[in-house]
Amino acid sequence: MSQFLQVLLSGLATGSIYALVAVGFTLVWQAAQTVNFAQGEFVMVPAFFVLVGTHVVGLPLWLALALALVVSVVLIGALFKKLVVEPILPSGGISLIIATMALGILLKESAKEFYGAEAQPFPAMFPTDPINIFGAVVSMQDILNLIISLGVVVLLTLFLNRTRTGRSMQAAAQNPAVAEILGVNVKRMVMYTFLINAALAALASFLITPVYLAKFSNGETLGLIAFIAAIVGGFNQIRGALVGGLLIGVLDNITATYITAEYRAALPLVLLIIVILVRPQGIMGTSEGRTV
Amino acid sequence: MRRWIRPALIGLAIILAILAPVGQGNYITYVLTSWLIFSIAAMGLNLTLGYAGQISLAQASFMAIGGYTTALLTLAGWHWMLALPVALSFCFVVGLMLGYPALRVKGHFLAFVTLAFNTLVFLILRNEEWLTGGNYGLVGMPRPDFGLFSTMKQHHFYYFTLTITIVAAVIMWWIVRSPWGRAFKALRENPIRAESLGVDTRRLTLLAFAIGSTYGGLAGALVTPLVQFIEPASFGVAHSLRILLMVVVGGAGFFFGPFLGAGVVIILPEFLRFTEGYYLIIYAALVIVMLVFTPKGLIGLGALLRDRFWGKRVARGDLKQGAQLK
Repeated sequence: MSQFLQVLLSGLATGSIYALVAVGFTLVWQAAQTVNFAQGEFVMVPAFFVLVGTHVVGLPLWLALALALVVSVVLIGALFKKLVVEPILPSGGISLIIATMALGILLKESAKEFYGAEAQPFPAMFPTDPINIFGAVVSMQDILNLIISLGVVVLLTLFLNRTRTGRSMQAAAQNPAVAEILGVNVKRMVMYTFLINAALAALASFLITPVYLAKFSNGETLGLIAFIAAIVGGFNQIRGALVGGLLIGVLDNITATYITAEYRAALPLVLLIIVILVRPQGIMGTSEGRTV
Repeated sequence: MRRWIRPALIGLAIILAILAPVGQGNYITYVLTSWLIFSIAAMGLNLTLGYAGQISLAQASFMAIGGYTTALLTLAGWHWMLALPVALSFCFVVGLMLGYPALRVKGHFLAFVTLAFNTLVFLILRNEEWLTGGNYGLVGMPRPDFGLFSTMKQHHFYYFTLTITIVAAVIMWWIVRSPWGRAFKALRENPIRAESLGVDTRRLTLLAFAIGSTYGGLAGALVTPLVQFIEPASFGVAHSLRILLMVVVGGAGFFFGPFLGAGVVIILPEFLRFTEGYYLIIYAALVIVMLVFTPKGLIGLGALLRDRFWGKRVARGDLKQGAQLK
């Protein structure tokens, strides 16, 4: 039992970080119909900004983290929207999918060439001491990761539902034409979405990299899992992405511990196929309706 | 374009393809052969994506299915020509099954289902060691031998592949020009109208997947004797993306797009080799730039330039037949 609790808690901790990435992914999808195949790399890159800050420039950790957040928001938020999404979106979803894939390769190879191919240790923000909860031994880091990610998702939801800007962002995502008529600056709202996505990716990066080490190839699995979490939970709902992320984190851990480690990677995929075939709008999602 | 230009260009391309490896070393011939093979795979995906409008990120997994089937059968002593139909039928059936999700979901959802399928195939190939050799893969598949014409030499294998490519291209040409091909385009352009005109969209979607996958399988069946070593890592998601890239770079929905795209994707890295580690970075940047400026692919670039310098006869939209139906 205590082992199960342990597996469950560490699954939730990883899952909550997946959820952060999946939420950003969902937001960008809603606002700009962009399926971002570089999302995993967006999580990989900020950790390298921090490493450049601490190792190359010699900044203290907190300053490096803050600067990395700002740089990420500018580069993978604003520039991504201006230079990649805006010019390519009119020519269709598939072109944009390819462009984001190419961007993913670009970021991955750049991290490898300009920083290094080996996994780099990453400074932990929290103590990793084990603590004991009802017999389950969990690290402090896991618990804090879980609390922070959930807190951020709750804050984001409050922002989107309770503030004027947040509601305008939702309006712009749901029906840009009407939102524009009602005086919402749709372009700016879409830009905010990209900035928020970049900030979420950076935060996920700071939380997950101490566990996984900073490696140029981190994005590959992370990106895929975030998509799957978003789809399984429900593509058009933030809480869907949250549920999907947590579910995959927990199921992944349970499969690896109790069933099969070899086919561990297959589980989210099977889940994805089942959900898409049985309930395409996702577990929490509402049906978008579709033609044909 | 004038009527004779197209056949003349095709003839010229075939002559160039025949002359290309003459006097070249084994390595260049090898690169050219893999260009042909990937053209076949991209041709299949072009049917699924470019003509029928169904996105698939699983083409590499069909290369894997075709490749492993051929490998296992030829290692068991079958002749390649006998193993080929088995591999192709297998791919056709699996492709048909993969088409079923496409009946339910579209666009990015379909992209993810096929992506997941590709990863599952990869995992099975890696984990089922008793059959596939796991991470070590399979080694030593013989090249086909036709008595008088043995393909053991790199040049001979190139001509063998070229012949098969031309046959595959002619069959594809026939498919695209046949009523099927037009129905595929109808499916892409407007599924509702296609359905109302009596096109069986359900059967066509499945067929688009099955035929596209069979071409992937053919490419796989050719890779096996070319490399004589196959491993799961050569058929991962990254390779499906590469094939998709070929289709889009060349120009999705254009018959010759895949050949051009495969050429760019396979041969361009060879030219960028002098940049050493940076070539993938430059390459990815070039792809993004290309998508910004010529979203229809390189064939689209040709049309873009032509429109720019030659001008174009524009038919008035409101006088076209059926304009009021829009």
